[in-house]
Amino acid sequence: MATSEIHVSVHDVHKHYGKFIALDGVSFEIPRGETFALLGPNGAGKSTMIEILEGYRDRTSGDALVLGVDPEHGGLDWKARLGIVLQSSGESGNVTVREQLTHFAGLYPNPRDVEATIAAVGLTAQAKTRIKALSGGQRRRVDVALGVIGRPELLFLDEPTTGFDPEARREFWDLILELKREGTTIILTTHYLDEAAQLGDRAGIIAAGKLLTIGRINEIGGADARIPIVKWRDANGPQEHRTTQPAEFVTRLFGQVGIEPEGLEIIRPSLEDIYLSLVGTNAAAAPSPDVQAQASTPPETSLV
Amino acid sequence: MNAMTLGLKRASYETRVYFRQGDTIFFTFLFPIVMLSIFSVAFSAGGNVGTNPDGSGGITQAAYYLPGMVAAGILLSGVQNLAVDIAMERGDGTLKRLSGTPLPVFSYFLGKIGQVLITSLLQVIALLVVARVAFNVELPTDGGRWLTFAWVYLLGIMTSAVLGIALSRIPRTGKSATAVIIPIVLILQFISGVYLAFSMLPVWLQNVASFFPLKWMAQGMRSVFLPDNFAQMETDGVWGLPAVALALGIWLVLGLVAARYTFRWIRKDT
Repeated sequence: MATSEIHVSVHDVHKHYGKFIALDGVSFEIPRGETFALLGPNGAGKSTMIEILEGYRDRTSGDALVLGVDPEHGGLDWKARLGIVLQSSGESGNVTVREQLTHFAGLYPNPRDVEATIAAVGLTAQAKTRIKALSGGQRRRVDVALGVIGRPELLFLDEPTTGFDPEARREFWDLILELKREGTTIILTTHYLDEAAQLGDRAGIIAAGKLLTIGRINEIGGADARIPIVKWRDANGPQEHRTTQPAEFVTRLFGQVGIEPEGLEIIRPSLEDIYLSLVGTNAAAAPSPDVQAQASTPPETSLV
Repeated sequence: MNAMTLGLKRASYETRVYFRQGDTIFFTFLFPIVMLSIFSVAFSAGGNVGTNPDGSGGITQAAYYLPGMVAAGILLSGVQNLAVDIAMERGDGTLKRLSGTPLPVFSYFLGKIGQVLITSLLQVIALLVVARVAFNVELPTDGGRWLTFAWVYLLGIMTSAVLGIALSRIPRTGKSATAVIIPIVLILQFISGVYLAFSMLPVWLQNVASFFPLKWMAQGMRSVFLPDNFAQMETDGVWGLPAVALALGIWLVLGLVAARYTFRWIRKDT
């Protein structure tokens, strides 16, 4: 693949703060047009990684190229090709939504239409409202609008939908899917695994500064982690069985017991299930006591 | 998009934002006007300043304090306004966001300096109007004095603006910005002949004040607004305009160099 087709390449990047190791040899590549989700618990190094790529932080060692440029030496032409939605902002917001977007559009050589962008983030009714008067979720949408106003080739989204209500999140997904169709390369960090599954082509899971796994959303964690789970309840309490042929298993189960098994479920592990098993936080996030009892089992056989 | 055009866009944006901040309007824009009013009213019982031995002549308290307040306004609009504003912008994420856009640092500076120039001109005009209308202060009528006003003002406001940018590096956080900057500015006003007559200060304090630009701005403005015979109250008995130009020129260059080499969009790795 030609270099110009690789929008982000990271090789063996380390970042140390004194003795604390924030990133410990991370490597990955993101081709043009891909949406890549970087997942991991708080403090895992996601934001450090993203900020190194955005040019906000310098790495301790290793190589990084973003749109063919070392982000530590990215100039204005390079910045014009990026869109950055930072994690949070506390700006005073004494300008209206429209004023802010018009001003930022003026900083880029080939910006998006201001009104269309306001509409795309669902703020048409608030266009004349000062940003400080908006709700948290609405301010976040302004952040997203400012991130895309310059028609970026590469868009960074650092926890973009924190504080959104479910409907706003759906609308945001539609916006991002539209940007994907236009060919924008997107790097996304999020705590919402359904969001990563909806938007992402590939994902990487990072914990304690290391990339644990990387792959297509529907393959990440390996085939074993995706084996469906059949759950039911009998006289001995909750039961479960992992099998690649759940229908056949349920048929056999019905033949054995002769009655409809109580609480029968067939579960295909979601990205969230796989993620939790990989980062080993299943104990904290387990929804029911029987699953908590399994917390000490190795991640491969863990059910949640 | 060239850096100049972007700078003008920034100046218009910055000026609009300036007038939407209530605390800035009071503590920077209106402050000298409020102080002039208070001093003029409070000290009016003291009679005129610089009277003849028989008590006649002299100028009103308002006329006497006007040049100091003009100088204070220049300092506030430049140093206090920008040092606090930029430190807060660094603290609240404004600068981080801007540094992720293709906005040149030069254009950002231009926007700030443009905002300072526009707001401080409006401030000076408001101050002169209040002095003339509310306190009946006679303003100079000859062109030579206004020419002096023009260069002292321009040199003063440019120096104040670049020093404000340079000082914005000192507060560690946006929240501490006012606590760090305002005392510096306030002390300078007390020792530089704004609130207290400079000639009343002990010589050593006058010497300390002479290291800083406000003393020179106030002296330059006194030469514009006070009668010629007041020059004898100056340190050397003359207005000393060449020294004013030299001192402000040195501070302008120092400020430019400091602003240019110390400015960072963000503090990396904190």
